[in-house]
Amino acid sequence: MKKSVLIIAALIAIVALTGCAKTETKVDSNVIKFGVFEPLTGANAAGGAEELDGIRLAQELYPTVTIDGKEYKIELAIADNKSDKVEAANAGQRLVDSDKVQVVLGSWGSGLSMAAGPIFKDAKIPAIGLSCTNPLVTKDNEFYFRVCFLDPFQGTVMANYAFKEVKARKAVIIREVSNDYSVGLAKFFVDSFKALTGDDKAILAELNYNTNDQDFSAQLTQVKSLKPDVIFAPGNYTESALIIKQARELGITAPFLGGDTWEIAEFINVGKQAVEGAVMSAFFDNDAPLTPLSKVFVESYQKKYGKLPSGTAVLGFDGYLLAIDAIKRANSVDPLKIRDAIAATKDFAGAAGIITLDANGDPIKSAVIKEVKGGKFVYKTTVAP
Amino acid sequence: MELSTFFQQLTNALSLGSLYALIAIGYTMVYGILRLINFAHGDVFMLGAYFAFYAVTALAMPWWVAFVVALALTAAFGMGLERVAYRPLRDSPKISVMISAIGASFLIENVGIVLFGGRPKSFPSIPLFDTVVHFGSVSMLSVSLFIPVITAVVLGALLWIVHGTKTGLAMRAVSTDLDAARLMAIDVNKTISLTFGIGSLLAGVGGIMWTMKYPQLNPLMGVMPGLKCFIAAVIGGIGNIQGAVLGGFLLGMIEIMIVAFLPELTGYRDAFAFVLLIVVLLVKPAGLLGKNQTVKV
Repeated sequence: MKKSVLIIAALIAIVALTGCAKTETKVDSNVIKFGVFEPLTGANAAGGAEELDGIRLAQELYPTVTIDGKEYKIELAIADNKSDKVEAANAGQRLVDSDKVQVVLGSWGSGLSMAAGPIFKDAKIPAIGLSCTNPLVTKDNEFYFRVCFLDPFQGTVMANYAFKEVKARKAVIIREVSNDYSVGLAKFFVDSFKALTGDDKAILAELNYNTNDQDFSAQLTQVKSLKPDVIFAPGNYTESALIIKQARELGITAPFLGGDTWEIAEFINVGKQAVEGAVMSAFFDNDAPLTPLSKVFVESYQKKYGKLPSGTAVLGFDGYLLAIDAIKRANSVDPLKIRDAIAATKDFAGAAGIITLDANGDPIKSAVIKEVKGGKFVYKTTVAP
Repeated sequence: MELSTFFQQLTNALSLGSLYALIAIGYTMVYGILRLINFAHGDVFMLGAYFAFYAVTALAMPWWVAFVVALALTAAFGMGLERVAYRPLRDSPKISVMISAIGASFLIENVGIVLFGGRPKSFPSIPLFDTVVHFGSVSMLSVSLFIPVITAVVLGALLWIVHGTKTGLAMRAVSTDLDAARLMAIDVNKTISLTFGIGSLLAGVGGIMWTMKYPQLNPLMGVMPGLKCFIAAVIGGIGNIQGAVLGGFLLGMIEIMIVAFLPELTGYRDAFAFVLLIVVLLVKPAGLLGKNQTVKV
């Protein structure tokens, strides 16, 4: 009997230690709360972690904001949306209801942002998307904004690359069918590629897989028999790395193209030799600074984390700074006034470029094309919109 | 479909199926002896992979030493799990033990997230397993040749243990009637502990082989394989070791063939596995190789 009591006590202690550290809430009038809405576990965990790194760095450099002569400390309320659309809605609800945040930052992954979008809208809390590129995130949602480019542009950039640089005329699409980001980006690529080739049958096949799938041999065997010039496979980084690895094992030699989600260390770690030569669009390159802040970001990031930042971390940094900038301009902690200030953002110089938000809450930014070479993401070119 | 494509798909199916079979064996064995569905099996599978990963990377062991160490740790963990989560409930209703298994599963997953972090890790490449082998136009990873062999060895060893040794006799006795076995001076606790040790060892073998084929680790990696192999075990007739192998191959075959012949239904690949589970339970609840048991009331 005693033993079981001990065990139960130990279990409660574990739960308390792991669960409560994050949710401690204090009511403090000198505090502004930023909700961080990111996937920190599950299939997209690395993406969420990168953006959180960027946000944490920004918080370290700019921990306070002054409104009407009063200094407010900025606190982060971190909600893990677990790379899952249902959990995303719950995490969003938690930020709104129990954490009572003034602004939300996130998420990596458009589908997750879209799942929580209506919650932020109903609660009238402004949200700044960091690397969610699907147009539907901000469409018809006057409370969702973002600091990255959009998929119609990204799809066009990659279709152009496939057509002009790879000189491909026939392509195969491999989509993560349960991911709005992947399906959307694939569609924009298809439209653009068909227009470029003037060939209605330029896309040989559109094959599907699910998030968390590990075995793609059946799809890839089909790809092999179709003999495409190029394969466009936007999707989550681990699945994509496994796809490319398994494709090479099957003897498929066609180049792989992807989107912004690939630019993350795990893509190369999992794919190793196989992902050499993979080409993707990205948000930012450390060697091509866009504003004076770019250098500040790259240097302080290296100092804090001891490694070079990825293109997604910088968006976490920018999202945080944009929120502070908006609060200063609103001169208020009222979420509605902050929203109006974010919507009015013009020529805001972030680390990853100048942001001017349009009526939908989207910026117009250039894209960077990178290639995996020697186990690193190597800058190829910048494409202006 | 061209012939070479068909053979490639067949190879894909067999290599996936043998992996499912390997994991399903452990599942079914624990059930066969203890009548307990160990829902934490998939999580023990995950731990096996992580133990091997840390042994290779952090402790810089040669891979074969690392695998042995990882398997020993996994087996020990399984025995510990039985001691903590299942033995105290030995005299409780079956449903309590099952709920305890589900709880253990969530606990292991979440402690795993805290300890290992949510970001996926990548297993270093081991040339013996990570080489591409060609047979005419069909190609596969060398690990896919090892997995069926390991599955066959494990199947043989297990059948021998259960049907050819004193310990196996004790296991079967415990399975038939726990109290009667105890009266016959069988050390029930030791037998059950050993059963869990072997079951967890098999989960560990499955986990390590899985990461050889798909070199990516994350704390939730055991969830889907765990469920799939549970389905495989039920299809084959849960508790029946040969049945688990048959079920594993069948499930692998069905999954690959759906994607190969009905590509528009690929998104429902996982759903098919669960539909299959329901159909089997409705039509032949004892599974393909299972025996119908009459329960005396």
